[in-house]
Amino acid sequence: MSDLHSGLNAVYALLLREIKIYFREKERIIAVLVSPLLFLFVMGRGLAGHSPAPGYDYQQFIFPGILCMVILFTSITYGLYIIWDKRLDFLKEVLVAPISRSTLFLGKALGGMIGSTAEAIILLLIGAALILPLGPIRIAVAALLSMLFSFLLVNIGLGIGARMNSMEGFGLVMSFLTWPMFFFGGALFDLSQSGRALRLAAYCNPFTYCVDLMRRVLLGWSVLPAGVDLAAVLLFCAVTAAWGIVSFGALQQTK
Amino acid sequence: MIETLGLTKRFGAITAVDGIDLSVREGEVFALLGPNGAGKTTFISMLCTLVRPTSGSARVAGCDIVSEGLAVRKNIGIVFQEPSVDDLLSGRENLYLHCMLYGVPRREIAGRMEEMLATVGLSERADDLVRTYSGGMRRRLEIARGLIHAPRILFLDEPTLGLDPGSRQAVWKYVRELRKRAGTTIILTTHYMEEADSLSDRVAIIDRGKIRELGTAEELKSKVGGDVVLLKVKGEIGAEAFSGLDYVKEAVQADGGLRLTVADAPKHLKALLDRCPAVEEVQVRRVTLDDVFLKFTGRQIRDEEGEGSIFQRIATTHNRR
Repeated sequence: MSDLHSGLNAVYALLLREIKIYFREKERIIAVLVSPLLFLFVMGRGLAGHSPAPGYDYQQFIFPGILCMVILFTSITYGLYIIWDKRLDFLKEVLVAPISRSTLFLGKALGGMIGSTAEAIILLLIGAALILPLGPIRIAVAALLSMLFSFLLVNIGLGIGARMNSMEGFGLVMSFLTWPMFFFGGALFDLSQSGRALRLAAYCNPFTYCVDLMRRVLLGWSVLPAGVDLAAVLLFCAVTAAWGIVSFGALQQTK
Repeated sequence: MIETLGLTKRFGAITAVDGIDLSVREGEVFALLGPNGAGKTTFISMLCTLVRPTSGSARVAGCDIVSEGLAVRKNIGIVFQEPSVDDLLSGRENLYLHCMLYGVPRREIAGRMEEMLATVGLSERADDLVRTYSGGMRRRLEIARGLIHAPRILFLDEPTLGLDPGSRQAVWKYVRELRKRAGTTIILTTHYMEEADSLSDRVAIIDRGKIRELGTAEELKSKVGGDVVLLKVKGEIGAEAFSGLDYVKEAVQADGGLRLTVADAPKHLKALLDRCPAVEEVQVRRVTLDDVFLKFTGRQIRDEEGEGSIFQRIATTHNRR
């Protein structure tokens, strides 16, 4: 069997595992959607801030950002979960398998991508029904983008997870990385109207480009040209994937 | 098949594996015998490319464990000490995914799964989630998974820990068959003496990260001296009755009888008894690897574990309060 063939088989096996496990934990699928729905309905309706996008209210304005938020949190959490895997020995089985670390990384990343994308699609459909009327083409494009964003963000989670050894670090990453990425990503406000420091922070943040591009697709409104956003997302995908593979190369059993 | 040169692993100040030189031949069943914490698992983890050595080197199936990790992994299978089967999948799914990862040809997968499930007695529970399995069932599934891709070298890290005697026998039988049928090289760690004794061609006694003694089980046992034979006879019998026999190493009066240390007692028992008047009672205690372990490490293998020590620890803690 050729290396490519066995590599593809391995990726398929890893992917299959994630999919099976994902759909077996139905409670989790619902639980993940709670905080984005709170943001959308409590903050979006309650705060009812100013919407810079003409023709859309504040709730509709933040919807693309909240959609990206689901992807962000699901993806990073999924990636960090390999710390847990390492401790519980599930990872050992794949670490001794005759597959390269880049294959393992790819399988894990694609597996996480499926989970995050599924969550995004659920929220997208809820949004299309209750908040923002969307045509099938917009929904399809948004779903495709969700896959791309998931890949990018899962890479970050996996890369960090591979380098951390204790679950205590989980909370730290959530507080010092995930939440700041969300707030500095402009999901809740118009970046072009904010201060220079905030904008600088936003432009270093890969999540910013995700939110901006999603807004372009769903509302037809964005701060940056769509091409710039897409180029930035693709670049971040490549960089984070390379970094993730390097992190996986150094992966060892914790105990 | 396996060559290690000064293989060493330190975790901070602790040296888990301390300069092990070892050579395992193709088709051999090799047992690493030692108490918990002796460095057995770390040693195996290094050979399986799970843990990078601090210093020294090793080749497994001709491939370097550091620079050719992937090539090493293509030749090995491992049954971990702590079950690593996936809780959220069924037994069959665990095996299926494993076959996919190890490149087992697709048309062979179903047949091998049935065979292995039957071997470890899990056919009926194959489609239940592993989460619902007992500890013993998980181990058996783990073993099935380690064997299903028919590796050239198989590592078994405490394969029968926590198994009931019946399952243990089944595993031993399968290991023997595997070796006979496929010529698989098997490295086994254990702290069960019987396991090392009955399964392996050679035994290495490992303690505190070092190999203390190496040889066949018989060689190791003969180093201890011999078996113990206790004789009680009607009337008197003296040590002089057995003088001049080179296989009687020692003869002393004890417990109202005579205690002999004899090399290979079963073989010489009849000759011994022929020299006695009416025999009332004979006890033969064969030398075990336990005695070997005691001799070479100065400790009993079970000293540092087991319920006894846990209760002692609880008692100590309690007293301190």
